[in-house]
Amino acid sequence: MSLDYVKFSGGFEKFMPKEYRDMVEHGPFGKKISVSQMGSFKEILEEHPMCAGCAMTLFIRLAIIAFPNPEDTITVGTAGCGRLAISQAAIPFVYGNYGDQNGVASGLSRGLRLRFGDKPKDVVVIAGDGGTADIGFQQVLHSWFRKERFTTIMLDNEVYGNTGGQESGMTNRGAVLKMAPLGKKFEKMDMLQMAKVAGCAYVATVVPNNPRRVESVIKKAVLIAREVGSTYIQAYTSCNIEYAIPTDKVMEDAKNVENDRYQFTEYVSEEAKQYLAERYGYKEFLPKPAAPAAAIPNKA
Amino acid sequence: MSETVKAPETTGQPADSAVAAAKPAVRKDPHAEAKRQRVVTPEYLFLEAPRTKEFITGSEAAKEAIRRSNVDLAIAYPITPQSETMQLVGVLYGEGYVKEYYRGEEEVGVMAAIAGGSRAGVRCYTATAGPGTLRGLEGIASWPGHRLPVVAMFTCRVVNAPLAIQPDNIEVAYLLNCGMIVFHAENQQDMYDFTLAGFTISEKNDVTLPVGVCCDGFFVTHARGYVRMQDRSMKLPPREAWRGAVPVLDAENPPARLSRDAPVQKSNFMAYNIHAVWQQEVWAAVERSRKYINQYMGGLLTAENVEGAEAVIIASGSAAAQSREAVRICAEKGIKIGLIKIRSLRPFPTQELRALCGNAKLIVVPEFNYVGWLAKEVATAIYGFSKAKIIGGPRVYGGQSMPVELIVDEVESGLTGKKSTNVAQSSVMGGAVNQDDVAHFMRSI
Repeated sequence: MSLDYVKFSGGFEKFMPKEYRDMVEHGPFGKKISVSQMGSFKEILEEHPMCAGCAMTLFIRLAIIAFPNPEDTITVGTAGCGRLAISQAAIPFVYGNYGDQNGVASGLSRGLRLRFGDKPKDVVVIAGDGGTADIGFQQVLHSWFRKERFTTIMLDNEVYGNTGGQESGMTNRGAVLKMAPLGKKFEKMDMLQMAKVAGCAYVATVVPNNPRRVESVIKKAVLIAREVGSTYIQAYTSCNIEYAIPTDKVMEDAKNVENDRYQFTEYVSEEAKQYLAERYGYKEFLPKPAAPAAAIPNKA
Repeated sequence: MSETVKAPETTGQPADSAVAAAKPAVRKDPHAEAKRQRVVTPEYLFLEAPRTKEFITGSEAAKEAIRRSNVDLAIAYPITPQSETMQLVGVLYGEGYVKEYYRGEEEVGVMAAIAGGSRAGVRCYTATAGPGTLRGLEGIASWPGHRLPVVAMFTCRVVNAPLAIQPDNIEVAYLLNCGMIVFHAENQQDMYDFTLAGFTISEKNDVTLPVGVCCDGFFVTHARGYVRMQDRSMKLPPREAWRGAVPVLDAENPPARLSRDAPVQKSNFMAYNIHAVWQQEVWAAVERSRKYINQYMGGLLTAENVEGAEAVIIASGSAAAQSREAVRICAEKGIKIGLIKIRSLRPFPTQELRALCGNAKLIVVPEFNYVGWLAKEVATAIYGFSKAKIIGGPRVYGGQSMPVELIVDEVESGLTGKKSTNVAQSSVMGGAVNQDDVAHFMRSI
């Protein structure tokens, strides 16, 4: 993007809404912004209709801040809570049909490459656990097997939140929810393993209570997807309504779930490591003599 | 073949950089011919460019249309009787006529990816048939609302149980209500012309809609016919992404449509109003395409010997081909009968039919499906403008062919007042019909 579209035509400044003026004057477009600066700049996503205490919303805000080139990023989603927030963001969002986000992103990213060549146009899919692991499963897996160059982010609240609390494939076994009146009868789907089997170049799990880590994985995932291949981030973003988590306990729940089943994991393919090191100066991925293959940075 | 095997020894560089090196001891560039294609205006291509005739199948006709259509992205998924078309488009990709191509996972994924490609601002093409059309219909039906220019081909086949691959165009009944432009090709020539014109019409600013080019499977796709084509050194101008009625999502324009229309998901009067307005926009755009169909395709219908004829056959697709032969037989029998072939089903040639059918006594509408979607369209269009008796038949389905004698029988019995043995009384409409005859059937349906 030329950054022109977020600027005003001369003389129109005073007629523009305050929100818009703030975005132009204090927004993140064309600047290097970090989550540690939150509160000091106008965020791409601020106002939204999500429930009080929604961890998913915090995660989406963090993710959007982490986009390396927000002015050249297009998000793609599907039905679910997440899109209610994402569609309010000041960057383009494609809301297609049920579970078609990875199909749309395949055509979109290929089309943008045809038009813009090497100029980065980042396509990021952000969809829920139902959209990704259930109704969109086939297109998600096939986009990974095809090594489509875009990022897939799952907002995993382990339930169909938007439709009122039904079991999803990512629900834990035994959980009693609508459409699972006797408790879910099979295990939470292992989408992380499937992502690796399908050939994703980068796979990570995160919870929203560590903003710097969210920022770190999103950045890596988006950068790797530019050239190396598909990347997948699975984020625990609790539904405090359907799981009856008190608003002031949402972060505590995230911590507990992190310790229980959402430990931070990160898989980076060798090609992706080399790419991040050479292209973007990621020192931790610089080749070391006789380094172990599965180098996991930071603490688990 | 030996030439191409020798090639890689040049410098060990990727193929595209080797081209720039322009060594005299050349290996053959598979894209050489495609690169020499030159852009011409649609007006020249459709109306002026000289044509030569070839005897080819419908699938090959579609391929030749795509060769000249400057397509950026084509996505394939096999289904009989369409498979040959999209694999031939794959050949074009290998030759550089199509810039990007892949085999999708199935039709839901294909229609989604086509939507993504069109949103990116590139020219997109796909094709499917029967069950594939219905599988992809959620996506297809959303293209018009998102104002996505696309051309899709539907090589119609059976969709009902039991599963069959045979021709039957019932899927058109579903496509008619999506808000897309729908053409129905009679033969290989139509396949070629409608596909090429489809891209141009689809991308007109005041249209910005998908175009569906339907044909009856096998009869058109697998049979050969003469097709008059412009030279393959010419192609349409590329899609101009900025030209659409809504901005493409390339992060070069302010985000638009759903990305800023979140209230559309809410249950309030604003949401209802937004959705209603979108639908009005879509169908208004369908109306606006009429002038381009007239300009580039020579009209929404063709009429032969209709003036002064006591009976008229109205048909589309393969039924029009069969009807043309029925007209010839009727002429031999001394029955003066005309033929109207509908090319564009959406928009539908309502005004044209009213003008043409005002004095007809009998209208016969033969179809290759059980439900008779065309007869309903015709009856609705001319209601109040014609006193003709309308026979909604004969109809064949499930892969049956249509003997021309069936059509001739309906013309003869329709003119003499004799009851038909092939068309249910409930499918006979019009002011001249004895309602008592029909009443029994109307009660039982």
